[in-house]
Amino acid sequence: MTEKAATPMLLLHPSRGLIDEKFCLIVQNLSQIQDITLHALIHSDDGDYWEAFGHYVSDATGLVNVANDSSLGGTYDGVEPMGLLWSMRPVPGSRIGLRLRKKEVHTPMVVHISVYRGHMSQGFREQVALASVVTERWYMAPGVRRVDITEGGVTGTLFLPPGPGPFPALLDLWGGGGGLVEYRSALLSSHGFVCLALEYMTPRTSGGSTSHVGNEYFEAAFTVLKQHPQVCGDRIAILGLSFGTSVALGMAVYSTVIQPRCLVCVSGSHVQPVKGSLSDVFSEINKNVRNTRYDEENRVIWRDLLLPIPTDPNKKVDVGQLKCPVLMIVGEDDQNWPATESAEDMKQMMEKAGNSHLLTTLSYPGAGHLIEPPYSPHIRASNFMVAGTKQKLVVLWGGETAPHGHAQEDSWKKILSFLEEHLYRSTDVTSPSNL
Amino acid sequence: MNSVPVLTVKPWRALFDEKFHVVVGNLPPTQEVTLHSLHQSEDTDYWEAFGHYVSDAQGRVTVAKHESFGGTYEGVDPMGLLASMRPIPGSRTGLRFRIKEVHTPMVVHISVYRGHLSQGFREQLALASVVTERWCMAPGVRRVDITEGGVTGTLFLPPGPGPFPGVLDMWGGGGGLVEYRSALLASHGFAAMALMYLFPDAQKAATIGFHYIENAFRLLQDHPLVASDKIALLGTSFGASVALSLAVFSETVKPICCVCISGSHVLTLKANQSIAESFKVMKEHVHKSRMDENNCIIWRDTLLPIPEDSDLKVDVGRITCPLLLVVGQDDTNWAAVESADDMTQMMERAGNSHLLTTLSYPGAGHLIEPPYGPHCRACTFVLQPGQQRVVVLWGGLTKPHAVAQEDSWEKILDFLQEHLCHSVKPHVQSRL
Repeated sequence: MTEKAATPMLLLHPSRGLIDEKFCLIVQNLSQIQDITLHALIHSDDGDYWEAFGHYVSDATGLVNVANDSSLGGTYDGVEPMGLLWSMRPVPGSRIGLRLRKKEVHTPMVVHISVYRGHMSQGFREQVALASVVTERWYMAPGVRRVDITEGGVTGTLFLPPGPGPFPALLDLWGGGGGLVEYRSALLSSHGFVCLALEYMTPRTSGGSTSHVGNEYFEAAFTVLKQHPQVCGDRIAILGLSFGTSVALGMAVYSTVIQPRCLVCVSGSHVQPVKGSLSDVFSEINKNVRNTRYDEENRVIWRDLLLPIPTDPNKKVDVGQLKCPVLMIVGEDDQNWPATESAEDMKQMMEKAGNSHLLTTLSYPGAGHLIEPPYSPHIRASNFMVAGTKQKLVVLWGGETAPHGHAQEDSWKKILSFLEEHLYRSTDVTSPSNL
Repeated sequence: MNSVPVLTVKPWRALFDEKFHVVVGNLPPTQEVTLHSLHQSEDTDYWEAFGHYVSDAQGRVTVAKHESFGGTYEGVDPMGLLASMRPIPGSRTGLRFRIKEVHTPMVVHISVYRGHLSQGFREQLALASVVTERWCMAPGVRRVDITEGGVTGTLFLPPGPGPFPGVLDMWGGGGGLVEYRSALLASHGFAAMALMYLFPDAQKAATIGFHYIENAFRLLQDHPLVASDKIALLGTSFGASVALSLAVFSETVKPICCVCISGSHVLTLKANQSIAESFKVMKEHVHKSRMDENNCIIWRDTLLPIPEDSDLKVDVGRITCPLLLVVGQDDTNWAAVESADDMTQMMERAGNSHLLTTLSYPGAGHLIEPPYGPHCRACTFVLQPGQQRVVVLWGGLTKPHAVAQEDSWEKILDFLQEHLCHSVKPHVQSRL
């Protein structure tokens, strides 16, 4: 009597998760010691295809459990429960310089996960999978509300958690790429924060010319949050990436209006003309434009534009005057900003001033500039349009896939923990981070 | 200023039959709080549940570990906020919770209030409030209307290349087309077809019988994405009688296994018989209906006593496939327990009782459905054909009925996977 073959099954839980949630992925009913390939595919809103894959061997019971089993190769290797997401890259033949960024935050990122017989590295379209499931990855938890903000001259998008509130809040600042990037704010709101994604580096917000956004603009944005009926006015933090870090540090030290409860600074620097406006910062950077370097593929390396770190106190934010906890996150392979050198200099300044207990630095070897919420693909280089001149380049951000993926996962967990500590729990405004 | 309370429900978006984890944090220690759930049904009625808790020394309430001291459920009950829901005070009577729209989730608001409240939730301001979604369809599941070959139904297909094992899903005497269980089965990897076989139109009803059910089975078998040699029958109440009848009397249709919930072999659907004719038996015994103290109809006696004559029941001694029976010991609608006992004896005499597994649940009523939906002890029922509305007593008490739903559904899925997929029980429960 022949034994009937079991149907291979893919079990993925949860089938609908937030973008920063882990999933469990199991393949069962395989033959014993069978070579299989797990494959993930995303069809982005921009129409591009991204994929990742790992090579596995089933155990004696015909099971593969991604949480425990090692990938023997593919776009990731080793025991990597989330490797199928963070190691994604554009499929062969795609346009170059792509970055996977979701603009429409109300809908999920849809990922097709399939299991194939054998160890494959290409030709996934032409093969019939053994089994396939679909998982949704959401930026917005149910009940999170999105509101366009145009009051007080401020342009941005506000995300509110469900419930009566009031809630702690965040001002969310992206970098030199400009535009209005909402997905991180949507995700933070799903964690219980009112979050304002601020547009500050496009012609629309600065009367036609990019860099004339003054400090009053950021103060107005902070005030929008402070005065919102569902916000705890004394529990507002600023999260900045890249250029956003410059803004965050400058405002925290020099503004009388902006008094953040804490700061999160990712891949940025304190080097900027003291009390300068955004345009002053740009001018200063442009003075060093001859320091631009190029890699072997002609991709732009801008990290030297702010080097060497000046000793002149008028050329950097006096972080010795910071009064709130600061979480600095740097990638040691950042090719875009000298984040490591800046963090080191900040530490020295704060030690001299006696407030270094406020500083926590997370430094990640092998991570690049774009340290974003976890499980999004690592981008080592991508197309970039210079705000203002509209010049198109390919910029080198840096980082290697696996260490960058781990840096995103670890730093995000610590960012959330830091924000929960200082915005949700602590009543002592000057207490240091507990990380 | 005190810490801001935080309420989380994980996962935020779950399948209808999945557990969730509700945690409240940042409360003061040993604070009395009430956790409350609220859902507005498709019929616009409001359903709610609530539990009274006391935060621990760290200011947390973890529903999976801490006990509810009262409310609509008590004790340590991770799913009590869903499974003990009931219509809010002032609602219409005789309500039954039913999911008709399967593409959109059931939306539940979970809130935490200061103190131990049992009413007046609308007038109070919650400390925190979140929203969670309960879905019948996993991402990628496809819904297909079936109208060919004279068969009316809805097919749900899992994502992927297939072919998939199939399930023919038949509900009971209430008629209509109940889709959500098939949608859930597809979310677990089965091509499941919810079959409509009770029609309000008496003329049409007269033409629907044994062959209609056989046609439906063959239609499912012939579908290109269905593994034609891996089809099961799943029936509830009258649907269980239909399933048993098909399994035993059909010459052409051979299910791999059969699941019968709250059913009886006493009602038979013989070859060449219409459903209406099958129902005549019920009408002959309708004088045995009783009423409880609230004027709710108890129909369990209409099939009693179980006849000795095997011509008057489905001869399960002739069944050749594994059979799973699920019965509630407080079923006031069908004599499911007595029927299960009689079926056991028939199969023992015939020598095929190794095929039989019976799950019998104390305190469970007739309506044993996929878990975490509210329990209905008595509710309005529309008689087919004719559309007359009555109030029927189904039986069961909330907590034991919820236990029965959770346990039986897991075992039904395991049974189907074992016989249709030849699965080894998974090491990690996907239905956590």
